[in-house]
Amino acid sequence: MSEHPARVDMLNELVRHLGSAQTNAIRSMVVVGGELTVEARRDDIVPLMRFLRDDSQCRFETLVDVCGVDWPEDTERFEVVYHLLSMRLNQRIRVKVRVADGVSVASIVDVFPAANWFEREAFDMYGILFSGHPDLRRLLTDYGFEGYPLRKDFPLTGRVEVRYDEAARRVVYEPIKLIQEYRNFDFESPWEGMMSQLPGDEKAREAKS
Amino acid sequence: MADDAKTVADDDRKFTINFGPQHPAAHGVLRLVLDLDGEIVERVDPHIGLLHRGTEKLIEYKTFLQALPYFDRLDYVAPMNQEHAYCLAIERLGGIEVPRRAQFIRVLFSEIGRILSHLLNVTTQALDVGALAPITWGFEERERLMVFYERASGSRLHAAYFRPGGVHQDLPPDLIEDIYKFCDPFLKSLDEIEGLITENRIFKQRNVDIGVVSVEQAFAWGFSGVMVRGSGLAWDLRRAEPYEVYSELDFKIPIGKNGDCWDRYLCRMEEMRESVKIIRQCIDKMPVGPVLPEKSKVAPPRRAEMKASMEALIHHFKLYTEGFRLPAGEVYAAIEAPKGEFGVYMITDGGNRPYRLKIRAPGFPHLAAMDAMCRGHMLSDVSAILGSLDIVFGEIDR
Repeated sequence: MSEHPARVDMLNELVRHLGSAQTNAIRSMVVVGGELTVEARRDDIVPLMRFLRDDSQCRFETLVDVCGVDWPEDTERFEVVYHLLSMRLNQRIRVKVRVADGVSVASIVDVFPAANWFEREAFDMYGILFSGHPDLRRLLTDYGFEGYPLRKDFPLTGRVEVRYDEAARRVVYEPIKLIQEYRNFDFESPWEGMMSQLPGDEKAREAKS
Repeated sequence: MADDAKTVADDDRKFTINFGPQHPAAHGVLRLVLDLDGEIVERVDPHIGLLHRGTEKLIEYKTFLQALPYFDRLDYVAPMNQEHAYCLAIERLGGIEVPRRAQFIRVLFSEIGRILSHLLNVTTQALDVGALAPITWGFEERERLMVFYERASGSRLHAAYFRPGGVHQDLPPDLIEDIYKFCDPFLKSLDEIEGLITENRIFKQRNVDIGVVSVEQAFAWGFSGVMVRGSGLAWDLRRAEPYEVYSELDFKIPIGKNGDCWDRYLCRMEEMRESVKIIRQCIDKMPVGPVLPEKSKVAPPRRAEMKASMEALIHHFKLYTEGFRLPAGEVYAAIEAPKGEFGVYMITDGGNRPYRLKIRAPGFPHLAAMDAMCRGHMLSDVSAILGSLDIVFGEIDR
């Protein structure tokens, strides 16, 4: 499907059009495997989205998805990824912006009302702030939940566990107690050449010092 | 004086009620906070997440193959369709070829999944507005389809049958025959169910002109699937971005006219008939051959091979412990799930696990539009609208 020549031509045409029309907002564009990815400047995201929706060659009128991605090593830690679809022209686009922890991205709710819940979810899962969002509450996690569960530094097991307390006659939250430490297996394969350090080696060094 | 009395009376009319999370018409664990003015809905605030299991987080810690069964647990009404999107994502990223027989089997079971989901939805939509019988008729047929699931994969619901590169095991010939034999009687029972619901006076009174969605609204709210088709836009990913063998099959895309709950119901009924058509064609056209790529890194070696070859044994062991690796990159794969566009956005870093996997569930934007769709409707319309949205909490809460 993605390698269809007519489709590739259409995407190249779209890349040319975007390159000439939106020089300020777009940092880079790349087509990989039949998918167009646009890296945009954070400050220009709302005008860019409006352009993508209204321009006659784009007509990306459906917001398919907004999600966060965490890259903890980078200075601008989070990436907000927007997927747009044009049902009229049958084309898709992916727009990305980078944002540091504690810095906000402009909300696109005014352009796409569907962004409301998607942005709430990204806020809930990563703590990405969306300025101008009408109702930035948590969406999926428990009432009174603390932390941002999809961040890479959030433990898989979570931080609290719940149980019904017979004496208090209610559900209580307690710090999680694990019978066994979570086992994150090392998949380094000796067939493909050892890395210099294997996960767990640091324990031996700690024991020596 | 008169004015004062009026304001007091107005205040009496406004109240907030809590709907769910344990309510039969909430289709799972949905909590709606409804602001009412008398019986008129002024605001709907859905509280979701009561079934949130952290699927996306869990998948980041699993190998590609181990992550697959999580997809059955999203939209548990049509499990294999979800697996399909995930497998397509892996195949596109890894450049894996799917054998033709496996493609037909996948399409066959995707359509069975579509019927499973639509049967549940149309009959529960009728139940929500007071018709008790259709659900028992619909579930009889669902049971037959789930037996097909069981005979193919070993389980009625959580199939884990689609695998990267194909399907887990070939179908036994008598199962294919039985699926074929199922088609005709099923069309008949569809007619019977239609006879019960479609022109029913109460059903029409509760659904016609309720929850009308225009094409512009459908765009603005990110709708897909029946929610846009009901409004008259012929958009179907099976036609627009054909995956597997859909481009070779002959089927129609039913569309609605008015975009109300009744049109969406009619679309679903017609889609089931089209699905039966696709199932028949799949069985007719299904070639003989392998169902998983041979001599591939992503598929296990055949049992007989493992008895004779040490390399095959090592491959089997490595595949089920370490798993396979995919090149670093990102991909978005979407399929036409029964409820709309189900997408998987996957980022890989060259390892044996996804770095990030976002599940785009069709029900999520649909439910997000509840507030906009319900405003100005009566309280009793809330359950009719909710029924026509086709909500399953496994996929919305993830």
